[in-house]
Amino acid sequence: MVQTYRLVRGGRIDRSKPIAMRFNGKELDAFAGDTVASALLANGIHFAARSFKFHRPRGVFSHGSEEPNALLSVDRGGGRIDPNNSASAIEAVDGLSLRSQNHWPSLQFDVGAVNGALSPLFVAGFYYKTFMWPRSFWDRIYEPAIRAAAGLGRAPATPDPDRYQHTHAHCDVLVVGAGPAGLAAALAASEAGKRVILADEQAEMGGALLHELTSTIDGKSAWAWLEDTLARLASRGTVTLLPRTTAFGYYNHNHVGLVQRVTDHLADPHPDLPRERLWQVRAREVVLATGSHERPLVFAGNDRPGIMLAESLRVFVNRYGVVPGQRALIVTSGASAYTAAADLKAVGIDVAVVDARPHNDCAVEAAALRAAGCEVLAGHTVLGSRGRGRVSGLIVAPVDDSGKVGARRILPCDCVGLSGGWTPAVHLFSQSRGKLGYDAAIDAFAPGTSVQAERSAGAARGTYQLTACLGEGWNAGAAAAGLARGRRFTASASRTGFRPFRQLPTDGAKGRGRAFVDLQNDVTVKDIELAVREGFESIEHVKRYTTTGMATDQGKTSNMNALGLVAETLGKPMAEIGTTTFRLPYTPVTFAALAGPNRGRLFDPSRTTPTHDWAVAAGASFEDVGLWKRARCFPLQGEDMDAAVARECRAVRTRAGIFDASTLGKIEVVGPDAAEFLNRLYTNAFTRLEPGRCRYGLMLKEDGYILDDGVVARLARDRFHVTTTTGGAARVLQHMEDYLQTEWPNLQVYLTSITEQYAVIALQGPKAREILTLLVDGIDLGREAFPHMSLRIGSVCGVPCRLFRVSFTGELGYELNVPSDYGQPVWEAVIERGQAFGITPYGTESMHVLRAEKGFIVVGQETDGTVTPDDVGLAGLIAGSKTDFVGCRSLARPDLVSPGRRQLVGLMTEDAQGVLEEGAQIVADPAEPIPMRMLGHVTSSYWSPNCGRSIALALIAAGRSLIGRRLYATTPTGFAEVRVCNPIFVDRKGERVHA
Amino acid sequence: MLLITCPYCGARPESEFRCGGEAHIARPPQPGNVDDTAWADYLFYRTNPKGVHAERWLHAHGCQRWFNMLRDTASDQVIGIYAMGKSRPDRPKT
Ligand SMILES: [Zn+2]
Repeated sequence: MVQTYRLVRGGRIDRSKPIAMRFNGKELDAFAGDTVASALLANGIHFAARSFKFHRPRGVFSHGSEEPNALLSVDRGGGRIDPNNSASAIEAVDGLSLRSQNHWPSLQFDVGAVNGALSPLFVAGFYYKTFMWPRSFWDRIYEPAIRAAAGLGRAPATPDPDRYQHTHAHCDVLVVGAGPAGLAAALAASEAGKRVILADEQAEMGGALLHELTSTIDGKSAWAWLEDTLARLASRGTVTLLPRTTAFGYYNHNHVGLVQRVTDHLADPHPDLPRERLWQVRAREVVLATGSHERPLVFAGNDRPGIMLAESLRVFVNRYGVVPGQRALIVTSGASAYTAAADLKAVGIDVAVVDARPHNDCAVEAAALRAAGCEVLAGHTVLGSRGRGRVSGLIVAPVDDSGKVGARRILPCDCVGLSGGWTPAVHLFSQSRGKLGYDAAIDAFAPGTSVQAERSAGAARGTYQLTACLGEGWNAGAAAAGLARGRRFTASASRTGFRPFRQLPTDGAKGRGRAFVDLQNDVTVKDIELAVREGFESIEHVKRYTTTGMATDQGKTSNMNALGLVAETLGKPMAEIGTTTFRLPYTPVTFAALAGPNRGRLFDPSRTTPTHDWAVAAGASFEDVGLWKRARCFPLQGEDMDAAVARECRAVRTRAGIFDASTLGKIEVVGPDAAEFLNRLYTNAFTRLEPGRCRYGLMLKEDGYILDDGVVARLARDRFHVTTTTGGAARVLQHMEDYLQTEWPNLQVYLTSITEQYAVIALQGPKAREILTLLVDGIDLGREAFPHMSLRIGSVCGVPCRLFRVSFTGELGYELNVPSDYGQPVWEAVIERGQAFGITPYGTESMHVLRAEKGFIVVGQETDGTVTPDDVGLAGLIAGSKTDFVGCRSLARPDLVSPGRRQLVGLMTEDAQGVLEEGAQIVADPAEPIPMRMLGHVTSSYWSPNCGRSIALALIAAGRSLIGRRLYATTPTGFAEVRVCNPIFVDRKGERVHA
Repeated sequence: MLLITCPYCGARPESEFRCGGEAHIARPPQPGNVDDTAWADYLFYRTNPKGVHAERWLHAHGCQRWFNMLRDTASDQVIGIYAMGKSRPDRPKT
C-alpha cells in the first residue's frame, strides 16, 4: 500500500529511510520515526480493529499508550509474537508483521459482530445475570464458552526466544516524563550535580513539544529548545536518559519500576542485547511529569473508525506528516482543540469545529479560527454519526440556552477529532499513596499532599500553560536537588480551559446508536445509568459491574466521563464520588520482563551432594527435595523403581546398604552455655548428656507443635553437633538464632551452619560393622565400646571423620561425617570394601520405606504443624526433669490434651497387595451418609518388601484406642478395608540396632 | 519494597529481610505459672494497629541479626530502628 496520506514535508519522520511492514498480510509502508498508528493512517487505514464485546469496527483513537482501540498482535519473526499492543506505541520497523485481533474470519467480515445486533442482551452485569442457573452449567458450558469467546489477542504458542534483563539503579532524582516540565526538572536537578535519571515512554523525548510547531520557548522554536535541552542533559555525566522506558509502578520508599524496550525498534538487533530491561530504581527524590490525557466526548456513534482525539489528529499531522482526512470535524468543549483545528487547516485540511459550549464561552478562539477560514458551530451538539467502516458524517444540532436541541443537520467528514477536556495522568502519584483531590477548576482529580519524597509538575498536576509547566518543572527539580537558584521561562501562550460534558445533549429521540464511554470494553452511557439504577452507587462497584475502566488501557481516556456520569445520575458532586484505585502497571508489562533471567536453568539453583556425580554415573533416578537433587533409587538394568526399591530395602535388612544423607541440616552449637541453650530448645534434657553420646531430639514451636527432629551429639562439654531435617535446616538455624538473640542474649552460644561442610554417608545393615572395621583408624567399633547412639572422632580411609552410630533404618548403622571434598572418595572406598558383603547403594525411596517399617516419623509427612509429640507417640522424649523448654507450656493447653486428638497408628490393608494413597481419608463406615465423619488420614504408605505386604502410617482420632479395629480408607475407586495396628512393623523390640 | 536500614549493615532492600511480627512480646519467665488465658494471649494475640507499630526484623540474607523497627502500617514509613532489648523509643520508659 502506498503512503497516499502523507504530507510532502514536515514532521519528525525521516523520508529517506523507508520501512516495509505488513498489516493483515498486506504491505504497509512507513518511514523511520513512524509508529504503526501513523503508518496505518498514512496508508489510509482507519479501520484497524474490532471491539472487545460487540466486535464493532474501530480505528486508531489516540497517538499514545492510552490507546483503547487499535490493539494489534505484533510478529517479529522466529516465534516473537506479542499480542495486544497499542498501534500508537509500536515503533515502525522493517519486517514487522501486524495483525488485527478479535475477529473471525476477517477484520472486514466478522461473525462475532452479531453480538452488536444482540446488544440489548449485553447490558451491564450481563454475565452475572445470565449465567447464574443452573449451577452445573457453569463449569461445563458457560465458562468454557465465555472463555473461548473472550480475550483480545492470542498468546504465543512457543517459548519466548528473547532475553530479558534486570537492572537495579540508584539516583538522587528520578524524573518521569520528558515533556517540558520533566525536561525543566531534569535541567534543574542536574545543574546541582545530582545523579538524575530521566525516563520517558516514547521513542523520542520531548512529550508535547514534539508536535509543537508554532510555540517558542525563550525565543527559540520548541523543537530547537528541545534539541538544545537534550544535548545539555546528555553532556552532563550525572544524567541518564532513558527513552522508550515506561515507569509502570511506584512502590514503597521511592522504589520505582521501569521497563525499557531495548530492541523492539531495531530491525536487526545485536544478539547480545536483551529485548527489554526491567529497571528497579531507588530514588532519593522523584519528580512526576507524566502529562495528561485528552478526554473524548460521549455521543451516539462516537466510536466509528476515523473518530479520534483532537490532539491526536494534531500529533499525526505535525509530528508524523500524516493527513488523517480531507475534511475534519473537531468536536470540542474546550479551547485546546482550536489549536489542533488551526494546525490541520495550516496543512490544507478542510476543518470545521462543533463546540458544545455556548457562543460566549468560546468567542476568542472561535474568532481566531474563523479568521483562518474555518466554520465554527458554537452551542451545538452531536446526535449521531454516519458511515460504514469509517465515519462519513456527524449529525449535529444547535442547543439553545434552555438546553433545547434544535433541528438536525448532517455535516460530512472523513475524520473527527474529539476534545472533552484533559485529565492529569496521576497514576504514579496515586500508586505512591499520595492523596488526590477533586479540583473543580480543571474538573479533575489532582495530586494533593505527597506521602513519599515526590513532587508532581506540569500537566500531571493540571497545569496546562507551557510557561507554567516549564516553571513548575524547574522548581520541582530544583527542590528535589536542593538547588536554590530559580529560573524564569518565557514561552508562547497555550489555549486552555474546557467545560466538562459527561455526554453531549440529546434531543430525546430514540435511536439505535450507542454512546460509548469506555471504548475498549464497549461500556455505554446506558450501561452506567442502568448500573446506578440497579443500586450500584460506589464507583468501585459500578466499575466492576459495568467493567468500565477495566480493560488493558485501564480507562485512561474514559474514566473521568464514567465518574461524571455516575455523579450526574446519582445527583452527587464529583468530589463525593471519588475515583477508582489506580493500580499498577501503568501500561501492560510483559511477564518476561518481570521474570528477567530467572527462567529455565536459572529459575532455581540446584543443590547437589558430594556423591552426585557417582550417583549420576550409577544410573540413579533423582527427586527434588527443596533445592536438593537427591538419588531416589539406583535401578539396575531392566529394573523399574518398585523392583529397585524392593531389592535395596531387602539388602539393608539382610546385608548392608549405603546412603547419601549429606542433605541433612547440620549446625554446630558451641559455647559455655551450649548445653543449657539446647536444653531450652529441645524437649529432651542435654545437660547430663556425656561427650561422645547422641540423643534423638525433638524441637517444638512455642505453640507446642513439632517443628523439627534430629540427632544431637555432644562432641565436648561446650560443643554439640546438631542435625536437622533436610527441609528444616534453614528454619531451625533461624529458630535458634531468634531465641538466642531476642530471648536469651545473655547465653554465650555461637551457632554455625556446617551443612555444606560435611558429607554424610549412612552405612546401614547387619554387615555394617564388618565393612567399616578395616577402614577406620583410632576408633574401637566394638559392640560395647561404641554403642548405639554414640559418636567417635577418628579417621576413615585416612580422612578425618565424625563417626556416629545412629540408625534411621532400625538396623545396626553408622553415619560417617567427612569433609565434603572427601565425600565421594570415601563413598567409593566403602563400596569397594563392601562388595564382598553385598553392599547396596539405596536412595530416598528405600530410606522412606525402611523408616516406615520401623514407624519412624518424617517431620512434614507425619506432622503438619498441628501435631504434638504425644500425637506421634513420642511423649517419652519430653524430659520430665525440666519445668520449661520452648513449647512446654503449650503442651498443657486444653486443646492439646483433649482425648479426641489424632494419634499415629499403623494400618494394614485387608488386601495385602493394595497400597493406600497418602492423604487418603479414614472413615468408620463407608455406608454412612455424606458428609461422612473423617477420623483421620494416611500419612505414609508403601509396599514393604520386608513385610511382604502393604503398610501405612496414619493419624487417626484416638487411634491408639482403636488398635485391632477395622476401618476404611478412601481409594480412587471407593474404599479399602484396613486394620489399625501398632505403627512399628519390623523388630518391634528394637533389638537389631544394638547388634 | 521498603528500604530498611539494618543497624549493622546499612540500608538494604526489604527482600533481604524477614519480618518477625510484633516486638516487645516478652516470653513469660516462668511459663508454668501462667494460666491458659494469659498463655494464649502471649502466643496468639497481637495489637495489629493502623499506625505506628513496633516490629521485629531479621536481616536474613545479610548479617542474620535481629533488630526492632517502628513502622507506620498505614504509610509504611519507617520511624525508627533500634537494637533488640532496647525499649520502644516513642514510649516513655516505665
Ligand atoms: Zn545486617
